[in-house]
Amino acid sequence: MTDITWIDAALTSARPQAVGALLRYFRDLDTAEEAYQDACLKALKNWPTNGPPRDPAAWLIMVGRNAALDGVRKRSKQQALPPEEQISNLDDAEDSLADRLDNADYRDDVLRLLFICCHPDLPATQQVALALRIVSGLSVRQIARAFLVSEAAMEQRITRAKAKVAGAGVAFATPGAIERSERLAAVAAMVYLIFNEGYSAGVDANDERAALAEEAIRLARLLLRLFQADPEIMGLTALLLLQHSRSAARFDADGAAVLLEDQDRSLWNRKLIAEGLALMDKAMRHRQPGAYQIQAAIAALHARARSFDETDWTQIDNLYASLEQLQPSPIVTLNRSVIVARLKGAEVALEMIGPLATRLSTYFHFHGARGAFLLQLGRNDEARVAFDHAIALANTSAEAAHIRQHLDRLTNDGAGGARPSVVKA
Amino acid sequence: MLYAILCYNSEDVVYSWTKEEDDAVMARLDVVHQKLAKQGRLGPAVRLLPTTSAATFRKEPPLVIDGPFAETKEQLLGFYVVDCEDLDAALDVARELAVANPGTGAYEVRPTSIYLPGVIK
Repeated sequence: MTDITWIDAALTSARPQAVGALLRYFRDLDTAEEAYQDACLKALKNWPTNGPPRDPAAWLIMVGRNAALDGVRKRSKQQALPPEEQISNLDDAEDSLADRLDNADYRDDVLRLLFICCHPDLPATQQVALALRIVSGLSVRQIARAFLVSEAAMEQRITRAKAKVAGAGVAFATPGAIERSERLAAVAAMVYLIFNEGYSAGVDANDERAALAEEAIRLARLLLRLFQADPEIMGLTALLLLQHSRSAARFDADGAAVLLEDQDRSLWNRKLIAEGLALMDKAMRHRQPGAYQIQAAIAALHARARSFDETDWTQIDNLYASLEQLQPSPIVTLNRSVIVARLKGAEVALEMIGPLATRLSTYFHFHGARGAFLLQLGRNDEARVAFDHAIALANTSAEAAHIRQHLDRLTNDGAGGARPSVVKA
Repeated sequence: MLYAILCYNSEDVVYSWTKEEDDAVMARLDVVHQKLAKQGRLGPAVRLLPTTSAATFRKEPPLVIDGPFAETKEQLLGFYVVDCEDLDAALDVARELAVANPGTGAYEVRPTSIYLPGVIK
């Protein structure tokens, strides 16, 4: 690794802590970000010669804070602080600062930084864009490319989003236990959103977009390090790891989606699976089930099955039933229907999703699954109508291609044989 | 003398590496591994999953705690067992590993007292 590469990795990893702490000092996002940028420039000058500091985040916080205060003092024509080369060579100062910034402070700083991105007035995509900019430190250009909009448009979106959160008046006092757990739940949901932006992108997506899945995993691991005993954060992290483990097998050479049952399981990433299963083992010991844990448990059953046929469908159906109880949603019922079709036949599944028609009328996967059930029952004309609906609602070319295969088969041999796709196993 | 070489680094940093960066580091480390193996000096080498996957069993009172035993700035991320003439030779190995994987972190060189090779292939 070249000097720049390791410094880059160190700066990226220290960013949430450093910007979070600087935000606590200055109570202003722009000042905090500028201070962090200043500190990074100094790190690029200082670290190659002096070596990396023992605690990069503490170094950046101290140097960033001094740089910002220095700027304020210069503007008010008071005496400047000593140059940062002197400060940064004082190991003692660094250590004592690091000691004062104990884990609890770090934890609330990072959580607050993530939480301000989850402002309820911001639409989901803006929450994600803001978090990627502020917490992950992606450039506006990278985020714009991930969302397929111009850099100027993304810049404007982020500026507006920042103005909105700045006016929201987030509390800077140390949060109480209830507030902390509310923040954590909102932040976990946002991390899942970031993952889905990358996961649902498909193979034809650009690298920036696909990288969002990995960024979400990085953030989930960060949350878990801060909240080591929280079973839902274990579940969230496990869920992301287990879903991401299949990424190399999810699309064929032409970019078409490969169904779970057709995936080459030797392409699944065993390291990610091992980590995901280890986290699930830990989460289960807490006996506090939650939505992320249940979804991760479903993903874990797929990961554990040596082949599609060896999958424990009954257990998966039970888990979906628990999920429906815990977090009723038409999407969960739709996902469960695919399992039910396998266990009890397409007719039962079709009955199950009937009541969802209004609420999911614009949902691609609803029409895709419905078409597949109809096809299995030999109701080809109805199936064709459902597939036509689906294709019109496809979000990616891979989704459209998958439905087109069904339609082609219908046209070619008029026979069934279509299989319902597991929507998001 | 058998030495354990304990690999410490900031987990935050290592898990911020892209897959390409990680692969590049592993490829460079593998050159060192191969060299030691050829000299018949390389024992077991282990890369650990992140500390978030760890659980700790405390003896008294017997209690399972989520996370690693020690909360440290750098985490134990892996280790080697290497046959070395003396401390200097072991430090040479650490130096070579550091050239292959520069930047943050450290290698703790620790002589061993008992070594059971185990039965796992």
